[in-house]
Amino acid sequence: MDNFNAEVLNESARPVIETFGLTKKFGELVAVDHVDLSIREGEVFGLLGPNGAGKTTTLSMLATLLKPTEGTARVDGHDIVRESAAVRKCIGIVFQEPSSDDILTGRENLYLHALMYGVESNVRAQRFREVLQLVDLEDRANGQVKTYSGGMRRRLELARGLLHRPKILFLDEPTLGLDPQTREHIWQYIRRLVDSEHVTVIITTHYMDEAEHLCDRVAIIDDGKVVALDTPQRLKQIIGGDIIRLRIKNPRLSPIKELEYVLKVEQTDDSVMLTVKNSGQHLQEILSLVGNVESVELRTPTLNDVFLHYTGHEIRGDHAEGGFFERVVSVRSGGK
Amino acid sequence: MTEFQGLYALWYREFKVFLREKSRIVSSLFTPLLWIVAFGGGLGSSVSLGGINYQVFIFPGILTMTILFSSIFFGLYIVWDKRIDFFKEVLVAPLSRLTIFAGKMLGGCTDAVIQGSLMLAFGVILGVSYTALTVAVAIVFMLVLASAVVSMGLVIGSRMESPEGFNLIVSFLVFPLFFLSGALFPISNLPSWLRVFTVLNPVTYAVDGMRGAMLGTSAFPLIVDFGVLFAFSVVMIVIGSVAFSRMR
Repeated sequence: MDNFNAEVLNESARPVIETFGLTKKFGELVAVDHVDLSIREGEVFGLLGPNGAGKTTTLSMLATLLKPTEGTARVDGHDIVRESAAVRKCIGIVFQEPSSDDILTGRENLYLHALMYGVESNVRAQRFREVLQLVDLEDRANGQVKTYSGGMRRRLELARGLLHRPKILFLDEPTLGLDPQTREHIWQYIRRLVDSEHVTVIITTHYMDEAEHLCDRVAIIDDGKVVALDTPQRLKQIIGGDIIRLRIKNPRLSPIKELEYVLKVEQTDDSVMLTVKNSGQHLQEILSLVGNVESVELRTPTLNDVFLHYTGHEIRGDHAEGGFFERVVSVRSGGK
Repeated sequence: MTEFQGLYALWYREFKVFLREKSRIVSSLFTPLLWIVAFGGGLGSSVSLGGINYQVFIFPGILTMTILFSSIFFGLYIVWDKRIDFFKEVLVAPLSRLTIFAGKMLGGCTDAVIQGSLMLAFGVILGVSYTALTVAVAIVFMLVLASAVVSMGLVIGSRMESPEGFNLIVSFLVFPLFFLSGALFPISNLPSWLRVFTVLNPVTYAVDGMRGAMLGTSAFPLIVDFGVLFAFSVVMIVIGSVAFSRMR
């Protein structure tokens, strides 16, 4: 409806999910460490963090697949530990790994889901049509899922997750390993269904651009803890300026550090990264002071810079998994 | 109502997959056929037991084998389900664990009994003479055996993390159950140490019951065979339900 006016929507909406010191330990490892979140109705809420930060574990607890070691949460008013059956009725979940049966057709997968979630037989046909249309799979619905591409499978699972009209939809890394075009499409689908169905969507992601483009609010998670939570815009304002990256051999940094509009100076092997207020005005002065610059890059801060700001390290996928595409993204979004 | 629909959904899924994976049906029937034709035919050319052709004598045993193997593998297959995450979709559905277990179990029984029935039809070629009653008894025995063994497979499968242990289970569980069941020999004249194992093996009673019904030769009365097998099934189903309700 009044779609992208996220700010207005957010402030007024009531929480559909609240967590209270939610904690999960696997032996010695604390995967999720006393997380307190309040997720509002009708927003796309992102859990952003590197692999192993505890995003999926958090999601699994909210979806009642895992029992918390400590603390609890309420999902649409139901306690996830004591009322797990009631929670399951009002949520939909799309897993990180494909979970549709590839020997069956898309439509058969939907049929199974409808039966398991008690979708009444008189509305089934209508619902199938609706969700298939929403994800553009009408013409392939009768093909076996093993003939689908990765993106189509993902879309089928989105459709399935929506079939029983959940109030809350959990998406675990919805675009992991997909090509950029398919990712764009999936973002559009998610946005469309938030606007048209008023679903609350909680996604986990380690893609900065996904968090930035798709989410109304983002919780940055590192080592099982929420380190920051706000809209992507406001999170980026925390940086307080723009980022100037200079490729330079022997920079003269002492005069730079004295400039009042330079907020932060970081030096790596062959480059210097500055956080600068009103960078456009001051670029000339900086360049004249610093020495012989090979190249200059000026940009507004990304969530990657925010992540770096809070955690002291980058989000990149050095925890294995993800592979090539992930590395490309992390390079593009400001990594080395 | 939802639970019943969920039960139907789980059964429906197994049945569809079964019908679509024809290669699985063919391969699961091939081994028993090889036993009948090659082993039974070969040994049968010089051996007969109590006036019954050896090939025909082991036929109820090979029926049991068909059920035994297809049932245990059906159960163990849940390891794959867990891996491809299909099972998570089922676990997160608003269904009780008992329903999930029952749906899986009934799906497995259906698959196994269909395969057993195909083997049963093959018996006509061997010259086994059926009456409506013997067919009915055979199908009931196959069904009860399948429910027990599918449950056993599901219990083991729900505890396993990867399919690497499959061979171990086949070697240390399925083969002993098969070879110590009297499927390939009469159990009346066994040395006492071997007899202990066969009497303790519940699968023995499936073979004996079907052999009694089809060939008129058995070590135990039909009612004893059925009683023991039924008890075995109930115990496995209870263990299976408990195992599923504890699984997260």
